[in-house]
Formats: sequence, structure tokens, C-alpha cells
Amino acid sequence: MRTRHHALRSVALILGTLTVSAQVPGPRAAPADPVDFASKIAPIIESRCVMCHGPTQQMSGLRLDTGAAALRGGYSGPVIVPGDSGASRLVRLVSGEEGDLVMPPAGERLQHDEVGLLRRWIDQGAKWPRSAGETSAHGTPKAVVDHWAFRPVRRPAVPDVEGRAWIRNPIDRFILARLEIEGVAPAREASPSTLARRVSLDLTGLPPSPDEVAAFLSDPGDQAYEGLVDRLLQSRHYGERWAMQWLDLARYADTDGYEKDTERPYAWRWRQWVVEALNRDMPFDRFTVEQIAGDALPGATVEQRVATGFHRNGLKNREGGVKVEQFRFEETVDRANTVGTVWLGLTVGCAQCHDHKYDPISQRDYYRLFAFMNAMDEAEIAAPLPGEAGPYLKALPGYLERRRELLEQNRVYELQPAWEARMVEAADHPGKWTDWDHALDAVQKYMDNGEAIVRKPAESRTDRERTKLEDHFVKNYHRVISKEFWKELDWVSLRKELLRLRAETPDITYARAVAHASPARPTHIHLRGTWNAPGVPVEPGTPSWLPPLQQEGRHPRVALAEWLVSADNPLTARVTVNRIWHEYFGRGIVPTADDFGTRSPGPSHPELLDWLASEFMEGGWSLKQLHKTIVMSAAYRQSSASRPDLRERDPENILLARQRRLRLSAEVIRDSALVASGLLNPAVGGPSVRPPQPEGVADLAYAGSVKWNESHGKDRYRRGLYTFFQRTVPHPQLVNFDMPDRTASRCTRERSNTPLQALNLLNDATFVEAARALALRVLASTGGDFESSIGNAFRLSLGRPPTGSEVRHLRSYFDQQKAIFDAEPGAAGQFMPLAAAGLEPSQAAAWTGVASVLMNLDEFITRE
Amino acid sequence: MDIPAFEAIQTRRRFFRHCAGGLDTAALAYLLGGLRPAAGAGLDSGNPLAPKPGHFAPTATNVIFLFMAGAPSQIDLYDPKPALRRWHGEPLPASMTRDLRLAFVKPSAKILASPRKFRPHGQSGTEFSDYIPHIASRADDICLVRSMHTEAFNHHPGQSLLMSGSVQLGRPTVGAWVSYGLGSESEDLPAFVVLNSGRGSSGGSSNWSNGFLDSTYQGVVFRNTGEPILFLRNPPGVSDRTQRARLDAIGALNRERYVATGDTEIASRIQSYELAFRMQAAAPDLLDFSGETQATLDMYGIGKEPTHPYGTNCLLARRMVEKGVRFVMLSHASWDDHQEIDRKLGRNCAITDQPAGALLKDLKQRGLLDTTLVVWAGEFGRTPLGQLERVDEAAGRDHHADCFSAWMAGGGVQGGQVIGQTDELGLGIAESPVHVHDLQATVLHCLGLDHERLTYRHMGRDFRLTDVAGSVVRRALT
Repeated sequence: MRTRHHALRSVALILGTLTVSAQVPGPRAAPADPVDFASKIAPIIESRCVMCHGPTQQMSGLRLDTGAAALRGGYSGPVIVPGDSGASRLVRLVSGEEGDLVMPPAGERLQHDEVGLLRRWIDQGAKWPRSAGETSAHGTPKAVVDHWAFRPVRRPAVPDVEGRAWIRNPIDRFILARLEIEGVAPAREASPSTLARRVSLDLTGLPPSPDEVAAFLSDPGDQAYEGLVDRLLQSRHYGERWAMQWLDLARYADTDGYEKDTERPYAWRWRQWVVEALNRDMPFDRFTVEQIAGDALPGATVEQRVATGFHRNGLKNREGGVKVEQFRFEETVDRANTVGTVWLGLTVGCAQCHDHKYDPISQRDYYRLFAFMNAMDEAEIAAPLPGEAGPYLKALPGYLERRRELLEQNRVYELQPAWEARMVEAADHPGKWTDWDHALDAVQKYMDNGEAIVRKPAESRTDRERTKLEDHFVKNYHRVISKEFWKELDWVSLRKELLRLRAETPDITYARAVAHASPARPTHIHLRGTWNAPGVPVEPGTPSWLPPLQQEGRHPRVALAEWLVSADNPLTARVTVNRIWHEYFGRGIVPTADDFGTRSPGPSHPELLDWLASEFMEGGWSLKQLHKTIVMSAAYRQSSASRPDLRERDPENILLARQRRLRLSAEVIRDSALVASGLLNPAVGGPSVRPPQPEGVADLAYAGSVKWNESHGKDRYRRGLYTFFQRTVPHPQLVNFDMPDRTASRCTRERSNTPLQALNLLNDATFVEAARALALRVLASTGGDFESSIGNAFRLSLGRPPTGSEVRHLRSYFDQQKAIFDAEPGAAGQFMPLAAAGLEPSQAAAWTGVASVLMNLDEFITRE
Repeated sequence: MDIPAFEAIQTRRRFFRHCAGGLDTAALAYLLGGLRPAAGAGLDSGNPLAPKPGHFAPTATNVIFLFMAGAPSQIDLYDPKPALRRWHGEPLPASMTRDLRLAFVKPSAKILASPRKFRPHGQSGTEFSDYIPHIASRADDICLVRSMHTEAFNHHPGQSLLMSGSVQLGRPTVGAWVSYGLGSESEDLPAFVVLNSGRGSSGGSSNWSNGFLDSTYQGVVFRNTGEPILFLRNPPGVSDRTQRARLDAIGALNRERYVATGDTEIASRIQSYELAFRMQAAAPDLLDFSGETQATLDMYGIGKEPTHPYGTNCLLARRMVEKGVRFVMLSHASWDDHQEIDRKLGRNCAITDQPAGALLKDLKQRGLLDTTLVVWAGEFGRTPLGQLERVDEAAGRDHHADCFSAWMAGGGVQGGQVIGQTDELGLGIAESPVHVHDLQATVLHCLGLDHERLTYRHMGRDFRLTDVAGSVVRRALT
């Protein structure tokens, strides 16, 4: 034994990290020998500390140039304990007694006698004479607060311009004022067919029907355009289209992510709330408050609590061995960062580990924002859809009774209390029993709030918590009992029986929500952003340089939400209108939609940005009104053709002397193919679906844990918005067309242009199926006459008639195809297995080829 | 850049590469019909995958990353710890376990010595375990790092840190960074290719994600049987002739639209379709091993179990490098042996050792190892402590972030050396720690890229693969 421990000690010495540095007390001087601060201590601090801990910078929240600030300390707490140098961290840091951390980290270290002076000065009470000009400001922002985005929004005067004829609304005056200075004329208006397709794709994410286009072409006046816009804004598909942007911001997915990537069965319930709220034109301030704090509103309704599912969309790691508290910290960080990105347009996440390098966000500011999210627990609520509650309530007593019998007969009630008691004991004594540690890990990971539920007295659990715990127990009891006993219990059969019983009983929809944390959870600054390194405590709050938070009488999270959408908040309205503008022009007025901080290049049209922001707020935060204002402008209605005269001068179209061609989003490309082919199932809302994807895609997930159970019938043809988003292996069509990975909040999407996209549109069975359906649709209505069929196919897919040259190209392609199919027996039937009345197989196949060509065109996947 | 300049570049590149007669010269002429090339266009604009020079002269032009997902046990493969035998079955004193961060193992766990035998190999005499004789036979090509360390000790965060430099998901991975930094040398294959074997990895597609970079740079997953790339095969009934005609019709109409709108994005789209068509021809060729000798196939263990799938991937990696694919990642899962580690490790070694050894040998024989950097690594290592308090054949090892082993070979790396040392129990690093960020910096360095200068502006910040850390492991270089 002795030898072994000796050897282990030698190992410990090799590992520097395991050694404990000895406390070496410094020589104490007689108290009668007072140290003069001004002549002895101030020079040390001046020369060694103030560069990083002074008026311009306060690293780790510590400021040493004033007495009050120095005695208050930094994020890790006080560093000077008057009268006790041994307890003063400052002394340990400068004398190299704090492990790896030595101050100053660079430059000349303190001499031995200087450390001695510091010690004596502290032991004598750390007397710091009050100096002139001393302020008590703590954490004064180091960067200039007078940054354009932090100034209040003021409604600017609308500028006067020469070219009044072009003006359709005030937006145009701001654009034209700049263009006139530059001496550039705006572009002509886009053709009516382009405009109809553009505004339809922009407002609903669906191409217009040929009838809609025809109606607009017959009367392309301003009133007819406004009528079209109003109809589109009233469409149920408007909410779907704009939910796509909100889902990116909210990092929505149908699974947890990480290794296990478990399904979230009711994630879609929040998505449905978003679509409905947008369709009702819920004012954006309300939309904000309900998602951030709907649960905390007085008399919160079910829908308001469903809205808080916003906070539940982040990743969740259920990997075995993950520390529960560590992951809770990471989730909270994600929640705070998401609020910072979505509403403030600031990269607050930078301040998780240190004061923000460019923006005036201190680490303290960060953890004050974090504190709102930290005081939050996860909750699951009953959120029945219309028609669900009645049958459920009727069936409930019978179901519970039958369930109780089954559990009773199978000894569940007899065995569970002891299991629970031991589980709590295992939680309190980790390492005591390995089997139970694993079982506890399963409780913590596989059940949301699992440990809390086990710890609750049985009588105070909700019905749902009780059944969930019972189900978990029945499924997982094997972890802590012998194989023989497990076999004897035969709970595998019991589980099947319980699942069967559940499946045949009407159920309701639930929702993922949040609740106020109980018991209260204090927040600290986390040193270096580390979960288990708490520093000084902080209270919920907002950065001091922004308008004050009105907290009295309100729940803190409600106060935060109302602060975000208060009229004096300079960021929320600007950030929101800019993000929407970005969708319409492919570039924001501020090009960095996700960063309004000091590193942003700033707005190209500052007055337009402020006009839109104030218009938005004064208009009661109506999103539909904002959309209408933008799409009614002449600026929006311009042609998107590139302008050779501006190619050198304004390649990024900053002046907005034209519109821009924008490739459609992944979901809208799918939707467009389904609309053109007539296959789309236009149902709005409901659970996510799994349209076909190539075999083997899901196999790339961990250990075959993901099963892609393809949807059947009309569920195969839902909009892309409803495609089940499996985080570790998302649907390939979404990935190929730049759908974000939904790991963190995203403001804008990339628009790449890759060969994989070409292969996807050329060869994917979904798009081939759409081509066949489009061919049939065209042939059914025109009977195979080439000219009229081509015209029809163009109108269905591109919303315009073909040019003569296009017809000629397709004619020769059609003939060539038909010749090849005639020469390749059987090929036509394979490419086009559906019979087209009165046509030879090679003709039907050649038409399918034509349809496929149209759906592969750049124009088809582009909003012009 | 406008379309004539863009196409002129493509034409020039194609001319030099395919002057012996590409399969679609006629198609190209058709595509370019009527469009005159402009003079003086730069090579680096327009096409995001155009080859770009690095920051300095590279020693490697290609990378093959053998990713061992799930964390293989260094103690049983690369880092002999004979001292463990003396305390086999004994618990560690509490003072030593206090600071260990472990996923499952509790303080009462016992020391588990490796049952494997180690012996020196090659002129260099580097010690390897008897489970990996083929890798060991390349000892003089291998620079073994025994002092790797990382922060993350759960799989998905660990894989994310290794691949993207951050435990936060959503950052670009090393292959994407390299494609972004250097572009592609291949005219008909993607720049960054991923091959998977075994069961899926914890990280899934996040291990080859483009993160916030353009999706052009994302890893393209090749499958080693059937259709090598998703959507690569023509639809049923569509012959290559029919497909070509379809492409020509699409191209003709796209060109008309280009003339009407002047949008250069359409020019890129036309190019994407042409590259797609070339990929359709080239990718299946990769899987056609009829030109390989039987000796080569045997060396990789192709046609034989259990080496066939991984051997196929290793041979594909060599063939891709020959065709100019910049970064090939072979992911094999899973090495996460919490139980029965000796048996399971034996199985994974039987699957991967021979093909990996063959890959090094084959690359060397063909002179490709000089310019191809091969990296072998998992996301972290495993504990010298047994899990479940047992030290018999049922015992496994837990995750261990404080030290593990990885190796590099070729591409300017000096073989036949060992970098770093762990303490006698294999609990921590005793000498020359190498963080995963250092490994990443070194990989980029070999490719002629300075990890501090390869940046991308996102969310107001310049991001890089090595986050805010990392330094090149100079000792590894020639």
C-alpha cells in the first residue's frame, strides 16, 4: 500500500494540475509602519493594472483606478479584503499563488517588495483616499454609446424629390432622393406577369394561379395590384410564408439534435401558433410579449402559454453522461443569445465569456439578460385543438381505470415507491451505486424535468407527470434489477399493452412551454462563460445605456418583453423592419441583418430605416401593414433586370435603382413544383410530415436511431414548411437549397448555386413525379396541341407565356426526346408510367421531359 | 464578373484539363455559342470553388481525414501504460479523481490495465498495440501524437470541437474551411467528400457542415455502394442521351433568360448543371475498381470481410485524391466502448486497421503521400479506469478528454516520431500538450493556410476554424 501511494503521489506531481499550491504567507510588517497610498501603492496600480482595469477597459468587470470600484471587485467578487491580505485575491494574483493565473499576465511582474507593500497596505485597512473626479459608475460602457442604432427612432421628414411621377408612397421618396443625388434614374416597372408572380411568391410563398395572373394582366392598374396584394395578405398561406422566416429565427426543429436527436412530438403546436398569429395579423408587440412571457401574463390562456414554445426550440442534449446543470446552462445561454439576435440585432453572445469587444455590452449586462431566461423552467401543457377535448374527456375515466388495473395487476404500484426512494438517494449520493447512477441519468435525460418529478411527493404530481413517470418506470426498471426478475415481471408485454391502450384512446395535443422557475434560481456572472464558475450574483436587467426597464408590478419576463417593444427601444422596430426589407430586396437597408452593433457598416438609407420603424410602431406594429407598404412602393415594383449602366457603380444594388432576382428558399422550391403540377395539398397547420427521401439518408444518424417513416397519401404533398426537420439528418432537398441547420437563431439565408441542386431538380423522384403530373395536367386541358400545351405549361410553371424562341427550342427538344424514346423500347414507360389519354407513350414521356425542363429553369426557382 | 469572363475562365480551365477530348466538348460549344470571352478576367472571381492560392507554399494539397467517431481507446492502441498493470483492479485515491471530469465513471471506479501487447515498429521504434499491425507497419511514416487533449467529453460536442473548432454547433467544419480557402482542383467532383462506414456518428451531418459558409463548401456524402451521390442517377427511363438533351434544353432556355435579365447567377446555374452532368459520369467511375490490380484490392481487404466496406472507402479516398478532391473524410463509427472494450475494439480494428495501413502504403508507392496529409483521430480518448467497477472482459472505458492519441502522415509531416507524453497512469499529459485546435492549425498549415488568417465574417465577427486559439505543432513538420 505504502509503495503504491508513493508512486501515485509521484504521478500527481507530474500532473501539475493536481498539485495544490501552498499558501506562502508574506512577511508581515508592524502595523505602526503605515504605507502611503499615493506614493507607494498608486504607482504600482498605475503601471501594472490600470491598462486593463481602468477607465477604458474593465476586464473581468474589475476597475482599479478608483477606491470604490476597486473595493467592490470584479465578476468573481471582491479582490481586496481590507485588513486581511491573506484573503485578498489581488495579492494572490500578483504573487503567483493563483495557479496558472498571474497578474499582470504580460509585462513586468511585481517585485517581491512591491507585493510586500500591497500586503501591508491591505492589512492596514486598504485606505484609498478619495480623489478628485472619482465617479461611482460601475461598468460604464467603454464603447461610444452614440451609435446610430442606439439612438431613439425619430420619424424623419419625407424628402422632396423631382421625379414625382414615379412616387407611389413615401418609401419611394427616400429611395429617389438618394438616386437623384447620384444622378441615377430608377428602373422601369416589372411586367405585370412578373409582378404578379413576384408578389405572390413574396407574400404567400406560392406562385400565382394562371387565372390570378390572367385577371391581373387584363387590368394591370394600380387598383388591381392593390386588390391582388390585399387578397394575398388575406390568404391562409401568408402566415405560412412568413412563418418560415420566424422559424429560422426561432431555430425551430422537430427533434432535439445531438447524438440522440429524439423526436419532439408536439413541437409543431408552437409552429401552428405562429402561422395563426401571423394570419390574424397579431401586432408584433403582442407577438413578442406572448412568445417571451405568455405564461406570465395575468390570466394566461392556453394559446399564450403555447406561444412560449419559442424558448423550447433550441437543442437538447440527452446523450448519456451529460451533466444536467451544464446543459441547462448552455440552453439558457442559447435562449439569451436568441433574444439578443431576434429583437436587439446584437451579438450579445460575445459577452458570455468577456465584455463585448466592440459593443457596449459588458459581461454583467449579458448575465442580467441571461437571468430572465435562467428564472424559467420547462413545462408541458395540454393544448387541445378544436374538437379534441370532448372525446378525450369522455374516454379519460375509462382509460385511467383500465390503465390502473393493468399497473395494479403487474405490481407497478407495489414496486415503484421503493424505486423512487432509491432514485432520490442515488441523486443525493452519486457514485454510491453505479447501476442506479445510470438509471438516474436515464430519468434526467429521457424525461423532461425527470428528476424534479421523481422528487415531488406522489400526491402533488399532475396526472400527466404521474403517467409519464409510471411509463418511464415500466420501461426502465430493468436497469436496476436482475435479468431473472425482469423476465418474471414481463413488463415488455405490459408496455405493449399500455401503448395499445393509449393508441386506441382519443388523446389531445400537448405543447412545449415554459413556466416561472420554482424554487427561484439565482443568477451569477459566469467567469469566462463557464457553467460551473459562478462569480458575483446579478439580478435580471437590461443594459444601462438603453432605455430603462419598467419592472414594478410586472413579472420580470413580461417586463423584459414589454421593454423590447416599448416605443423608446431603439432596436426592435429597426431590426424587424430591416429583416423584412431584406426578404424583399435580398439585402437589408442595414446589410448585417443580424448585427446592428458598432461593427455593422450601418444603413444605406438611414432615414428610410427610421421612417419604416416609426411607421411600423405608429401603425400598431401591424406586420401586414408593413408588408403592404413595402410591396405597394414603386421601388419594390421595379424590374429586376440587371442594369449595365450600374454594373460597375452599384454591383450590390445598394441604391435600389432596380429590383433583384432572388433564388427561392428550399421550401418554396418544393412548393412551387407541387403547385405547378397540381399535386400540392394546401392544408394549413398540423403535425410535421415525412415526404419521400432517398433510402439511406436517415442511416447517417447515430446508431440507426432515426427512422424516416414515409408519410402516405396527401401528406406526401404538404408544403415544405411542414417537412419534419430531423436535426442530425435533415431532408436532403432542404439541405441542398440552404435551409439553415436550425442549431441557432438565423436572420437570413445563404443562396448558393451548386451542382447538387441541379442533380436534385433533375433526378429526385419528387421532382420527376411533379414533372409527370404537370405533363398530365397540361395534356388533359389542351389535348396535345403543341403550341397551346406549351403555352399552358409556361403559364402553370412560370406564370407567363413563352417567347417564340423558347417554343422553337422546346419543339426541337420535344422531337428529339420523342425520337430517342421511340428508339429506346420501354424507356418511355419508365420515365412516364402514367397513361395520357390518346397519346403514345413516347409523346407522354417527351412531354414529361418538357415539364421537367421548365421546372429546372433558373427562372422557375427564382423570384424575378 | 459578367458571363463572358466567367465562361472564358471555365473554357480555359477545361481546355487545359480536357484537351484530350472531354465527353461533352460539343455541349460546351453549344453552351458558349455566341458568347465572346473577355480578356483579362481573373481566375478567382465568380466561381466559389475556383482554385485559390493559400497564404504560403503548401506541403500538402489534399487531406484524407480518418475520423474514428466515438473515441477509440488510446490506452489499448497507441499509448502503452505498463504501470497500470501494477494497480489493475484498484481504485484511485480520491485526491486524484477529484478534478477528473468523467461522463459515467464514478469516483469508486477501478484501474483497468490494457490486455494488449505493445512492441516497437520500424526504424523509429514507435510502440503500437498488437490490434493495429498494419498501421504499425507504417510507423516510419507516422507522426504519433500521444498528448492530444480537448475540452468536450460528450460525443456530439466533442465531434463538433474536433471538426469545427467549437462545441457550439453551426460552425463550418474543417473540410468546408479548406474548400473555402483553397477551392477545388477537380472539374467533375466536389471539393469535400465524406464517406461513412459502421453505424452513424453522434454528430451526423454536423460533422461535414458548411455552417454559416455558402453551402457550396459543405461535404458531399458519397455512398460506397449503389448510387454514390444522392440524386446522381438519371430518373428511370432516362438514358445519358436523354439526360444530355434535357440539359441542353435547360441550358438553351437559361441562356435566353440570361440575355433577358443579365443576371450572372444564371451563368453560374448553367455551370452548376454542367458540373452536375460531369459528376454523373465521373462519380460512378470512382466506384469502378476494374482498373485496380488484384494485389491492390487484396491489400485494402476489398472483397473480404470484415475489411470490405472500410477498405472500399480507403481505396475510394486514394482515387478521389488522384482526381483532385481536396478533402476526403472517412468517418467510421462507433468506437464508444463503455462495455466489453477489448472485444469491441478488436472488431473495429479488424475492420479498419488493414485498410488504413494499405492506404498509407498505396499513397506512398504512388508518390501521393508527399502531397497528401492523412490524419487519424477520434473526438477524445478513454479512461484508464474501467467502467461499471469491473475489470474483467465485460469492462469498458469511459470518455476521457484530458489526453488521447492521434496521428498524421504524409503531406509534409515528419514520420517516425512521437510527440508528447502522458503520465504513467494515462490520466493526464506530462509533456507537450497538443489541443485539437493545434491539430487543426497544423492541418491548415500543411495546406499553406494560416489558421489565424483563414477567416469569415459572420454576425459581426471574423470566425476561424481554430476559434480564438491554436498554434501549429512545429515539431510535426519536416
